[in-house]
Amino acid sequence: MRPDSPHEHDDVPHGHPHPSADPHAPLPADARALRIGIGGPVGSGKTALVAALCRALGGELRLAVVTNDIYTTEDADFLKRNGVLPPERIRAVETGCCPHTAIRDDISANLDAIEELEAALGPLDLLLVESGGDNLTATFSKGLIDFQIFVVDVAGGDKVPRKGGPGVTTADLLVVNKTDLAPLVGADLSVMERDARARRGELPTVFLSIAADRQATPVADWVRGLVAAAVR
Amino acid sequence: MDTTLLLLADGRFPAGGHAHSSGLEAAVAAGRVAGLAEVEAFLRGRLTTAGPVAAAFAAAACQGISPAVLDVELDARTPSPAARLASRRQGRALLRAGRATWPSARYDDVPHHPDGCHQPIALGLTAAAAGLTAEQTALVAAYGVLTGPASAAVRLLGLDPYQVQAMLARLATACDEISSDAVAAAAGGPPSDLPSASAPLADIHAETHATWEVRLFAS
Ligand SMILES: Nc1nc2c(ncn2[C@@H]2O[C@H](COP(=O)(O)OP(=O)(O)O)[C@@H](O)[C@H]2O)c(=O)[nH]1
Ligand SMILES: [Mg+2]
Repeated sequence: MRPDSPHEHDDVPHGHPHPSADPHAPLPADARALRIGIGGPVGSGKTALVAALCRALGGELRLAVVTNDIYTTEDADFLKRNGVLPPERIRAVETGCCPHTAIRDDISANLDAIEELEAALGPLDLLLVESGGDNLTATFSKGLIDFQIFVVDVAGGDKVPRKGGPGVTTADLLVVNKTDLAPLVGADLSVMERDARARRGELPTVFLSIAADRQATPVADWVRGLVAAAVR
Repeated sequence: MDTTLLLLADGRFPAGGHAHSSGLEAAVAAGRVAGLAEVEAFLRGRLTTAGPVAAAFAAAACQGISPAVLDVELDARTPSPAARLASRRQGRALLRAGRATWPSARYDDVPHHPDGCHQPIALGLTAAAAGLTAEQTALVAAYGVLTGPASAAVRLLGLDPYQVQAMLARLATACDEISSDAVAAAAGGPPSDLPSASAPLADIHAETHATWEVRLFAS
């Protein structure tokens, strides 16, 4: 599943981790981090999911995060403030009002950020790329990531899976977040589940409340499976 | 080579430009640019200062002048560290796209720098790899100086896109002249004699912009 990495490091210095700084065994020389894109509408819980994955996986995988805020370094700052990941493992990319362009049509700034992280930190197991909040049509380029997660929330209404769009339809994992709010907004989770299955066929969907499950356990387990399969 | 020229000049060529306003965002925030008339003045300013420098250096790199020498000369013409970084970042993005699109040994000369290679040099090398002439290269450079911030202006100010295109059409002759003058400037003489027009306010804008906590564009 992992495309060959077009590594072009000519103008980026190669960094080497200090031998005592990293407890993990190095990957084979040609292996690169598994890259997972996290997309979805503004406020659905992308940053909350990134933070939860950092809590769940930060101790077992060498991981780093690239954020693509529409407007600020808000998401990167949130992650740093919450101490889920050391600041040197987080980079923010500015997208010039075009969050979808930066993850799909012109991915250069994101590739640069990834390469800078790899140069500074040494080999990584997992890279999470959070897109700037966008609409239901935004998807990641396969030149940037290996797998994508699309995050929608219950508060956005139970019609979202039915509306479809490439994110809902084709993401490798659909996360329906904020299930804790379902009673408050009158959303019917069984309708969302049925519509998601109709849109997505065999592709997996998980229902989640990151507010209640601070480690986003089902998503973390899905990621663990991908990393294990990629390393082999 | 017309189609190749259009490919490289196209705003859809994935060279990272969409994230840069080339100082326009800072000028808007400072209240200096608010509408179409000011955008036109801003672009004329960019075209007559950044334009000749970018076009001449791109043409020189295309013609095989040492990229390492050009790199030092461009640093000397770019006093603002933030503007240097923006140029290098865009050059790096352009080279990534250029290498994938037109593979060539021409890229072997890219100067090594942690932030990347200055954009006009990257453009010259990419254009050479694509088989374009110095004239075409200078034109792409000058055109990019105009269209980058013009596209940012539409997004930042919500301007009427038709009026912005009409304004670009008004600037077309000036853009042609800047690029042909730049080719002439790049033809003779040592690299130190290449154009060195500058605008102190642009440098100040670049430096203030880099300190903002909240911004839409990378430059
Ligand atoms: N009630 C509830 N709120 C959540 C949940 N997950 C995230 N939030 C909140 O939703 C808001 C937006 O989350 P954020 O992760 O910033 O969304 P993003 O724009 O997709 O990155 C924040 O105030 C979060 O605390 C959840 O499962 N339940
Ligand atoms: Mg976010």
